[in-house]
Amino acid sequence: MTTTLDRVPGPGAEAASANPAGRPRRRRPGRLRKSALPYLLLLPAVFFELLVHLVPIVIGIFMSFKKLTQFFIRDWGNAPWAGWDNYSIALDFDAPAGQALLHSFLITCAFTVLSVGLCWLIGTAAAIYLQEAFRGRGVLRALFLVPYALPVYTAVITWVFMFQHDNGLVNHVLHDQLGITDAPSFWLIGDNSFVALLTVSVWKGWPFAFLIVMAGLQNIPRDMYEASWLDGATMPQQIRHITLPSLRPVNQVLVLVLFLWTFNDFNTPFVMFGKAAPESANLISMHIYQSSFATWNFGTGSAMSVLLLLFLLLVTGLYLLYTSRGRRAADA
Amino acid sequence: MSRTRTTAIGAVTVTLALAATACGGGSATGEGSNDSPKTLTYWASNQGPDIPADKKILTPELKKFEKQTGIKVKLEVVPWSDLLNRILTATTSGQGPDVLNIGNTWSSSLQATGALLPWDEKNFAKIGGKDRFVPAALDSAGAEGEDPAAVPLYSMAYALYYNKKMFREAGISEPPATWDQLVADGKKLSKGGKWALGAEGANLSNNIHQIFVLAKQHGADWFTADGKPDFTSPGAVAAVKQYVDFMAKDKIVAPGNAEYAQNQSLSDFSKGKTAMVLWQAAASTFESQGMKDSDWGVAPVPVASGAPGHGKNTNSMVAGINMAVFKNTDNLDGATKFVKFMTSDAEQKILCKAYGSIPPVKAAQQDQSFDKPELKVLRDTLAKSAAPLPRVPDESQFETAVGTAVKNLFASAADGKDISTAAVKAELAKAEQQMNKQ
Repeated sequence: MTTTLDRVPGPGAEAASANPAGRPRRRRPGRLRKSALPYLLLLPAVFFELLVHLVPIVIGIFMSFKKLTQFFIRDWGNAPWAGWDNYSIALDFDAPAGQALLHSFLITCAFTVLSVGLCWLIGTAAAIYLQEAFRGRGVLRALFLVPYALPVYTAVITWVFMFQHDNGLVNHVLHDQLGITDAPSFWLIGDNSFVALLTVSVWKGWPFAFLIVMAGLQNIPRDMYEASWLDGATMPQQIRHITLPSLRPVNQVLVLVLFLWTFNDFNTPFVMFGKAAPESANLISMHIYQSSFATWNFGTGSAMSVLLLLFLLLVTGLYLLYTSRGRRAADA
Repeated sequence: MSRTRTTAIGAVTVTLALAATACGGGSATGEGSNDSPKTLTYWASNQGPDIPADKKILTPELKKFEKQTGIKVKLEVVPWSDLLNRILTATTSGQGPDVLNIGNTWSSSLQATGALLPWDEKNFAKIGGKDRFVPAALDSAGAEGEDPAAVPLYSMAYALYYNKKMFREAGISEPPATWDQLVADGKKLSKGGKWALGAEGANLSNNIHQIFVLAKQHGADWFTADGKPDFTSPGAVAAVKQYVDFMAKDKIVAPGNAEYAQNQSLSDFSKGKTAMVLWQAAASTFESQGMKDSDWGVAPVPVASGAPGHGKNTNSMVAGINMAVFKNTDNLDGATKFVKFMTSDAEQKILCKAYGSIPPVKAAQQDQSFDKPELKVLRDTLAKSAAPLPRVPDESQFETAVGTAVKNLFASAADGKDISTAAVKAELAKAEQQMNKQ
């Protein structure tokens, strides 16, 4: 699920850097321009895109209309057609399956908003603070990137150990040393698991925000700050009127990417909670996994995946439309 | 410009969303052949303390097989957390091993996929006949009334393991035979940071094994005769309540056990933090964790009457590992030979000794090495008072749904909440609804 996310910043990032030097684009006259060469060059990429993404997705959509249980997985082409049954099961919010999906969806929305918000806030704050040159800045920058560089499994399993009830570091600090909690808390089961999941997600995600914002900050001309300083602007004012507006294109892409990653995150909850996540931390990707693998009902699982796809398409489309309108208005 | 941008947005949107939700598939339904008679691929389950240990135990035996038949066996030991998903993937794609181990409780579910070779009379004849195997073990190799989908390889049963020193210190002379005694003893043992009983509250399969047996003792089954889930019968509810109440009401299980899923309860036992565990063939784990054989004792799992037997006196599931052949293998004869080799009397003795399990092969069971006190208890349980988990295609889903329900109840109990009958029933009703959605 996460294999191809590195391609995500591509088109947006290009728009973001928006040709800053204003170099005029030169085109060579001649036959080549009209020829099919660019398309030919694109062909391998298009082919692999189809192979790696579109074909499996089409199969997934196909599966969502099948009654694909254990009785048919061996020969799933011949599984009986389910029509819209799988969708109506998933979307019937009065029945348990639909209710569970809706609950998981809402949990995921809350989780995503909080995680993306905190990742962005911490990442941006850290990037701005590290903008001033001081001794040890390089070390700090490198240190901040460690969570992002660690393999997910290693990082998350370490958190699992820390969140353990009896021997975990978190309870040791919160309860034994600081005495904030009356009794050692459970972090991996029950309601607290949402907080635990959020903590790990933010810890894992903010360095990426930090990295992108830091890169974006390098493009803001220093004379703008100097000019504003001469006009008597304070640091908060500088951040509000210079830094943030200049970072706008970067942030647009950053928030979108973080949103998609977080909304779809499977590895973190799976490593933390195993097959059955506690209800308060039952993210949608886990829920779909459980609906297909644990209950061996791949048709319903696929239908839920397609619904998730449609939702993400909708949000992403609206977001891009909205932000590009905003940018055009700002350009004009 | 505007049109390009709109197109670009469209393209980016589709790509992003597609990248975010990719899924896949494949299919193969070929029947078995003998196209590659010289090699076999074998997926072994993780039976020893770790995967290298398994390789060390199995490799010499596979070499022996190669010497006898000229067939080279490619071994892969698959961890339990991956095994079922790997099998499902292999079933869907047709790209799997020739021979594999399955948890015997999955037999009926996997049988329903049609991916495994059925063991009819003809196939059984090739490995020496059905009669060589213990009936209880054969029962757990497929749905009732159908040819088994697999052959029993290692058998195990549940027993009560107890720490002798802790019992002595608490003034308890012998292990409990009834649940009332267990709770009474438990209250004596649970003090000063030590606890009487260990549980794996977040381990779905283990939860199932425990509550299945308790439900039997309350006269309840988890499925109706025609294979429909029946999770909210009074007996089933009472069984789950009794198990969770060891933590919630009797307070003889440490609350922390609610999040255990990686055999932490065995480590606690080895460290002398808990006095009892209900487990299957735990000896090798205790040994690897530094416990001497003389430190612990073993007794049958308690039943209300104190005398294990059938029906309400069932005190264990039929635990174990079965060996199956993928129907589309390209070395059908070799695969059958390999099953014959692994279930031969000689190999059964070697392998079961190494793994601390009971041979499902009657002749091998008689070997002296299985007369140790622990194995005697396990063998008797298996022969006299064990029942197979529900033999229905939905068994695997039942493990997930009800196992999760028990996990949730343990989570509430650990949180200090009182576990009422109504709460148990509600949680089980939710699990039952999950099954019905298909």
